[in-house]
Amino acid sequence: MLQRLRRSLAVIFFVLITLLFLDFTGTIHRWFGWMAKIQFLPALLALNAGVILFLVGITLVFGRVYCSVICPLGVMQDGFGLLGKKVKKNRYSYSKPKTILRYTLLALMAAAIILGVNSFVALLAPYSAYGRIAQSFLAPVWQWGNNMLAVWAEAHESYAFYTVDIWLKGGITLGVAAATLVIVGFLAFANGRTYCNTVCPVGTVLGALSRFSIFKPVIDTIKCNGCGLCARNCKAACINSKEHIIDYSRCVACFDCIGKCHKGAISYTRRKPVIDNADKLTAESRRQFLAVSATIASAAALKAQEKTVDGGLATIADKKIPARKTRIVPPGAKSIANLSSHCTACQLCVSVCPNGVLRPSTELDSLMQPESSYERGYCRPECTRCSEVCPAGAILPITRADKSSIQIGHAVWIKENCVPLTDGVACGNCARHCPAGAITMVPSDADNEGALEIPVVNIEKCIGCGACENLCPARPFSAIYVEGHERHRTL
Amino acid sequence: MKKHDITRRDFLKRLGIGVSVTGLALAGCKQPANKLSEGKAALGEIPTDKMTYRTNPKTGEKVSILGYGCMRWPTLDSNSGELDQETINRLVDTAIAHGVNYFDTSPAYCQGRSEQATGIALSRHPRESYFIATKMSNFAPQTWSREASIAIYRNSLKELQTDYIDYMLLHAIGVGNGIDDFNARFIDNGILDFLLAEREAGRIRNLGFSYHGDIAVFDWALANHDKYKWDFVQIQLNYLDWKHAKELNPRNTDGEYLYGELEKRGIPAVIMEPLLGGRLSNVPDHIATRLKQKEPEKSVASWAFRYAGTHPGVLTVLSGMTYMEHLEDNLRTYCPLKPLADDEMQFLYDTADLMVEYPTVACNDCKYCMPCPYGIDIPAILLHYNKCVNQGNVAENSQSPNYAEARRAFLVGYDRSVPKLRQAAHCIGCNQCSPHCPQSINIPHELQRIDRYVENLKQNSLS
Repeated sequence: MLQRLRRSLAVIFFVLITLLFLDFTGTIHRWFGWMAKIQFLPALLALNAGVILFLVGITLVFGRVYCSVICPLGVMQDGFGLLGKKVKKNRYSYSKPKTILRYTLLALMAAAIILGVNSFVALLAPYSAYGRIAQSFLAPVWQWGNNMLAVWAEAHESYAFYTVDIWLKGGITLGVAAATLVIVGFLAFANGRTYCNTVCPVGTVLGALSRFSIFKPVIDTIKCNGCGLCARNCKAACINSKEHIIDYSRCVACFDCIGKCHKGAISYTRRKPVIDNADKLTAESRRQFLAVSATIASAAALKAQEKTVDGGLATIADKKIPARKTRIVPPGAKSIANLSSHCTACQLCVSVCPNGVLRPSTELDSLMQPESSYERGYCRPECTRCSEVCPAGAILPITRADKSSIQIGHAVWIKENCVPLTDGVACGNCARHCPAGAITMVPSDADNEGALEIPVVNIEKCIGCGACENLCPARPFSAIYVEGHERHRTL
Repeated sequence: MKKHDITRRDFLKRLGIGVSVTGLALAGCKQPANKLSEGKAALGEIPTDKMTYRTNPKTGEKVSILGYGCMRWPTLDSNSGELDQETINRLVDTAIAHGVNYFDTSPAYCQGRSEQATGIALSRHPRESYFIATKMSNFAPQTWSREASIAIYRNSLKELQTDYIDYMLLHAIGVGNGIDDFNARFIDNGILDFLLAEREAGRIRNLGFSYHGDIAVFDWALANHDKYKWDFVQIQLNYLDWKHAKELNPRNTDGEYLYGELEKRGIPAVIMEPLLGGRLSNVPDHIATRLKQKEPEKSVASWAFRYAGTHPGVLTVLSGMTYMEHLEDNLRTYCPLKPLADDEMQFLYDTADLMVEYPTVACNDCKYCMPCPYGIDIPAILLHYNKCVNQGNVAENSQSPNYAEARRAFLVGYDRSVPKLRQAAHCIGCNQCSPHCPQSINIPHELQRIDRYVENLKQNSLS
């Protein structure tokens, strides 16, 4: 009964959280966006006291149900564990707790958060690790399926589905996600919740609390015949059936043992157990991460050509990312420092960005955290999606009105690329599309009113949205690009 | 078990019998069963010997009232623009079998591929069984020299696999910079004199011009008719442009005037854009209903073709038929042509008055504007906009009753019809396209207007 309830809830949470990373229409977020916001580490970094108190509360009452229901990485491991059970039944066994390793990693994590070594935090954060897996591997499949439906819809004159771009957002992030999936997946397949009880800092914190939880599974020593079936089915390896002791710091409240016991000797009750004892460090597990870099082929540019025949389409060269002195982070992030100190690199913002702007950073100090670039699209005035979904307070909620006055960077003109000067034709596409009215066209020759016009940027009005950079006809490098600001300003 | 052993086919057969029995029973006993669709399709065969012909007053030759416009040949792949020769051959064979004998092409059509494809298809038939019309399409300034223009002409002969042209045209006089461009293209370089000499030599059997744009050039050409002896002139004529062309765009001229000027001088008229690139076929729903109500068994397009053919001074009506269905429909209209009565003409003029209320862009998808050097797919954008106008998917404001559906249909359809990088947002307004537009559309203006509309939809700020 309890096991079935736990499983049902876990599946519901897991599916819906996964959908948060897949659904690009925003429908799921409207109803279930809170599921990301109750994740422990993001809530902690967002200083979301309500959520933290709630999670501490349920842990103190029910034990680590967070780990078996709410955490998507935990549920994913149970999935791999089920596969493992198909191969061999009653496969687990009790192991001694690796307390020193756990607390060392927790201390390192705390230090990393305080010191701002965010790539380390991002690597170990369980929800974010799952987010990267979902965004890297499941989202493309989902989008591909959607695009098939879009083709079908188009054939039937329906507007129910529309095509979305599928593109590699970050090679390193993809590599990290692949490594996480392989390592955590293998550990779960072979040994159950090893990751949760040795590496995961959230597991360690909640484990420290769950030792004192009101409800916990307790072995009735009178009924128990010491068969050890419970221990062999405990994915947390926390039941010492010989001594009738359960290590509640590692128990993830999965209730599997209760159903397994033929004698009905285990029950989930308020009774106090005898004692539990901490043990020594025995072994050490190591994780390594692969970095995969991807190269993107660029098409050759085609200059403006003179028309001699009718029809046909000119080749359009892909835009390239300009070298920016300061990276651009989305409005709502407040500053690069704020983003860095809160972001757990879960990729939720990257997943929902409908304009192809956000992608994970490849720089070491901001590894896998989001940054903006405008060669595929620009940060559109009506969109505040990333700020709505961020669970960690790295991108704070903003309204459309806020967005129109938040300066995240400013546009810089590159004379050498500007089309009126290179091709000798009128342009002004940047000025025409600037939502802030920050660009004015002026004659390129101050003494000649009739000269072709070039853009001048009023950086006091520019908000850094990148409309100018994205819509600039100069290729592969735009004649106007955005430099990020370290701290955002409200104009 | 045996009892249930019927196959799916048997089942459907029994079901079908059951349904038809029921149907007969419901229809009552008195009614005899109709037989029309049995054995042959209701539409019936198109006669091969009923084509209406017009006589060329100079040569006395009989020209089919349906002329084949070779500007819209089917492609194998819309991206590469490679033509589907096999289908083109079939279209040409069907047309000739039903009496079509006038084929109109140009060195510029279909990204420069039309003449060759037309030549391949036609060369499979005896040369005397058809007339070839092609054009001096020296639009680009680098082809304005005498040598370059003559090279274009010689290449036409080669591509069309012939040593004479039946109908040669100065292509689109009046486009670009009016009389100046006309002089530069045809007079100053001596090309018109060259073509007159070719006519003298018999390698050009009829010499004429096609006209779009600046009316001064048309008037100048006709004022000099005594000197040049135009054998025919190609003009745009349809029931919308007859009285509304100038009203819709002050730079254009009403068909009534153009045709009247030719009739006065007894010059045969070749008609182009009788259907406005499909805009007189793909009309708003209530216009279509209005036309169908009057002739339920005839297509909407047939009205436009009968209209053009009804004018007695018309030699042939050109239609760029991409699909076999277009060709068949037009053959039905013209085998033979049933001219419109006066009240029917008036009915079409009244229809035209209703149509001008629709804010469509006058694009006929001729692709003369293309390729845009910055990669914009101009006709695709304008066509998508027109489609949405006709389907009622261009909302006036966000309070419109169908705003949400119209918005989605416009935006989703926009991304489907035009890749993002080729959409109107990327139009820089360099205006290299507009001088090429036979309909004198101010293309950057229209694209930027559509882009603003798209922006308003995206931002949900349509007011």
